[in-house]
Amino acid sequence: MTNSKTDIQTTTSRKKEAVVLEQPYIELYEQNEETIHIHSASALNHGRRKAFEKFKELGFPTPRVEIYKYTDLREPLGVDYGLNIKRMNFPVNPYNVFKCDVPGISAYLYFVVNDAFYPMENRKSHPLPEGVIIISLRKASEDYPELVEKYISKLAEKHVDGMIAFNGAFAQDGFFIYVPKNVVLDRPIQIVNIMRSDVDFMANSHNLVIVEQGAKAQVLVCDHTVDDVRFFSNRVTEVFVGENAFYEHYKLENVSRKTTEVSTLLIAQEQNSNVLGNILTLHNGITRNNIEIDLDGENCETYLTGMTLSDGRQVVDNYTSILHNQPNSHSNEKFKYILDEESKGGFTGRLFVAKDAQKTLAYQNNKNILLNHTAKMRTKPQLEIYADDVKCSHGATIGQLDEKAMFYMRQRGISEKEARMLLMYAFTADVIDNIRIDALKDRIKILVEKRLRGELSKCEGCSIC
Amino acid sequence: MSDEILYEVTQNEYKYGFTTDIETEIIPPGINEDVIRLISKKKNEPEWLLDFRLKAYRHWTTMEMPDWAYLKIPPIDYQAISYFAAPRKNAPKSLDEVDPELLKTFEKLGIPLEEQKILSGMAVDAVMDSVSVKTTFRENLAELGIIFCSFSEAVQEHPDLVQKYMATVVPYADNYFAALNSAVFSDGSFVYIPKGVRCPMELSTYFRINAANTGQFERTLIIAEEGSYVSYLEGCTAPMRDENQLHAAIVEIVVMKDAEVKYSTVQNWYPGDKDGSGGVYNFVTKRGICKGENSRLSWTQVETGSAITWKYPSCILLGDNSSAEFYSVAVTNNHQQADTGTKMIHIGKNTSSHILSKGISAGVSNNSYRGLVKINPKAENARNFSQCDSMLLGDKCGAHTFPYMEVNNDTAIVEHEATTSKISEDQIFYCNQRGIDTETAVGLIVNGYAKEVLNKLPMEFAVEAQKLLQITLEGSVG
Repeated sequence: MTNSKTDIQTTTSRKKEAVVLEQPYIELYEQNEETIHIHSASALNHGRRKAFEKFKELGFPTPRVEIYKYTDLREPLGVDYGLNIKRMNFPVNPYNVFKCDVPGISAYLYFVVNDAFYPMENRKSHPLPEGVIIISLRKASEDYPELVEKYISKLAEKHVDGMIAFNGAFAQDGFFIYVPKNVVLDRPIQIVNIMRSDVDFMANSHNLVIVEQGAKAQVLVCDHTVDDVRFFSNRVTEVFVGENAFYEHYKLENVSRKTTEVSTLLIAQEQNSNVLGNILTLHNGITRNNIEIDLDGENCETYLTGMTLSDGRQVVDNYTSILHNQPNSHSNEKFKYILDEESKGGFTGRLFVAKDAQKTLAYQNNKNILLNHTAKMRTKPQLEIYADDVKCSHGATIGQLDEKAMFYMRQRGISEKEARMLLMYAFTADVIDNIRIDALKDRIKILVEKRLRGELSKCEGCSIC
Repeated sequence: MSDEILYEVTQNEYKYGFTTDIETEIIPPGINEDVIRLISKKKNEPEWLLDFRLKAYRHWTTMEMPDWAYLKIPPIDYQAISYFAAPRKNAPKSLDEVDPELLKTFEKLGIPLEEQKILSGMAVDAVMDSVSVKTTFRENLAELGIIFCSFSEAVQEHPDLVQKYMATVVPYADNYFAALNSAVFSDGSFVYIPKGVRCPMELSTYFRINAANTGQFERTLIIAEEGSYVSYLEGCTAPMRDENQLHAAIVEIVVMKDAEVKYSTVQNWYPGDKDGSGGVYNFVTKRGICKGENSRLSWTQVETGSAITWKYPSCILLGDNSSAEFYSVAVTNNHQQADTGTKMIHIGKNTSSHILSKGISAGVSNNSYRGLVKINPKAENARNFSQCDSMLLGDKCGAHTFPYMEVNNDTAIVEHEATTSKISEDQIFYCNQRGIDTETAVGLIVNGYAKEVLNKLPMEFAVEAQKLLQITLEGSVG
């Protein structure tokens, strides 16, 4: 090649730009490697050095990285965050700061403050069924090392990117959920992530969920912030769903405008398993959800839905990737966005059908409404198909509320505001209908309605944000 | 059974593969400033054009080959390519003076330059390698003020027009291959339709790559002045080659107020043999700008050839109420790779665009649709509808879609839908039941699938396109 000299120049200049952001973290790691190790769940230490090397190689993703094209994390990553690598306890009583209850859900309730899991040992009201384990990953690596070792980081290594590698280098703890064979949890597990700090703070956590053969679990993860400082959370959750198992994952985000969240959900499904993912974003600063679902067995069913209501300067980017690695599976994906003011939405829906994954049915749908001149939407539904006997489709629309429907309602004496509200509410209905926990469904309905009415200007119940 | 048919017909060798022995003037392979000066001198170009070429070359040396496309491109040695080849006996004044060998080539291709074309009412500007060989109907068109000539002639005879519009739609720094083309472009077509003139015939050019080891770098410029109309056809077939041939063309279209341009392509370059060796690399930058109000631009392409296709005919909708269309059928077979689609950039108010893409993959090929619909903040009431369908014939090929939608205006309505499927057994059964054998049935179904796009082609072309589609598909299933 004639331009080898210039090649080198451009790559170095590109690296230079990146190194500025990564440098403090690289130094932090190199100086404190031992401290990180000592205070970490031992299971996370094995791959730590490797993840760090990978992070040094990849750096933080910039919009030049194709899959991060619509998420620019450079600004939030430039902030000088504190990291709690010595695992100091934050003086907080989760019950005091947590008021976002879902009435009637009567879930198994757990808290994660920043990145520390709060154990609920003296739970009397609903004891967990026998064999079910819900503890911190650190404790799990001590008590059940074999179980943890069998699964930990398997998916993270497979789908590694800059943020996952960063998480691998710095994450020290997280929650651990284990539902043994044929155990059906009768009520959902609710994990509440609370961000609490007096200085700008970054939390890295690595969570592990194992749902064994024939078991059933519903997990609701809520994100909240209670302080008005800048937060950055980078969470990796690995979920292993066994044969004939049912797993539902709900993620409800209601955080302050100063929060940046990168949340990676990695799910591996085995034969005949059924997974529902529902990603709801109501309030946030910058959010990037990476969802990768591997269908590693035949006859899997996957439903992935999501909804975003945004205004102000919210940024929500959902990157989803469903990999049909085996035949006869079915996936259905549906994401809806309503964007107002200067908010930005991004959606990538990757559907991958491997060579031998015949008889795959995969549908994908992304619908978006822009309410304002300054709102922006970027969508990229993407099909990659290597098998011929498949039915795959995707659709994406960006538009406004239906004028005819508006006219119809106005004609019947419904005020414009009310009519708009009704239409938007109806627009989100089919995502809400996918929620299989009734109490949660009702709660989301109320939250969405309030949000659309402009009444939910801040996350209800939280004291400061 | 379909496997058998598949095997049988993939044995078909490329029907249009042959070379003609014409003395060709080739300058030594390699690219540097001297080569560019030499090309420019050989073509007797004015100073500004040489400067443009050198500027483009210097920029090109700072660029890297793009790697974002869903393609596996073997490394290309740009120093091993010869950048200029011209048939020696050029500039004939009548058909009798045209090299008989060359005429034979065209006859074999079914493109008789003589009476048939006159009867069919087409003016043909045939480009063999790099220099325009023969232009018919020039005089007829000239009466209307239409300029239809080779690019080099335009540089000599209408330098002001060329200078005014060249590189306004595709600047030399646009992308890697556009920069390369800007530096070494050899020839191409130039069309100028004056104000208010409706071009009475379909303008047509056939490009051929003939001499071994010469990349062809055409540059086409079409200008449609206010209220004018033109339909332009471009068709390609290339002879059989063992070595890969690089093709990096630029097409620029400027559409003024109330004007309409229809651009149709049938591309059937040598796709390589069934083991994937040889074949043309087709890295093309095509872009049009709807500059004035109510202007209209339509791209129609039938892509059946080339080992690797990297091509995104695009429209910039600058004028208010302008509209653009993109119709595409892309067929890949054996080891072919195609990453093709369009870009619709909405800037003006009330602009609309329509994208219809049909991909068919067979053998072990990969066929990707990649498209961008971008609505700028000031593009009020923009409207887009995109549909891209893929059909898979065989279980070793891949079909992919990468549609990008970037909407920055709330009054826009952008819709996209895509499906991927194979030919249903029901359909084949239905045909079989009525005495149509499977092979014909598959051909029928595929042709029906592509019909929507083929219908957009001008009549003369539609026939050829259908034939081409059939040939390529015969090589796969039907």
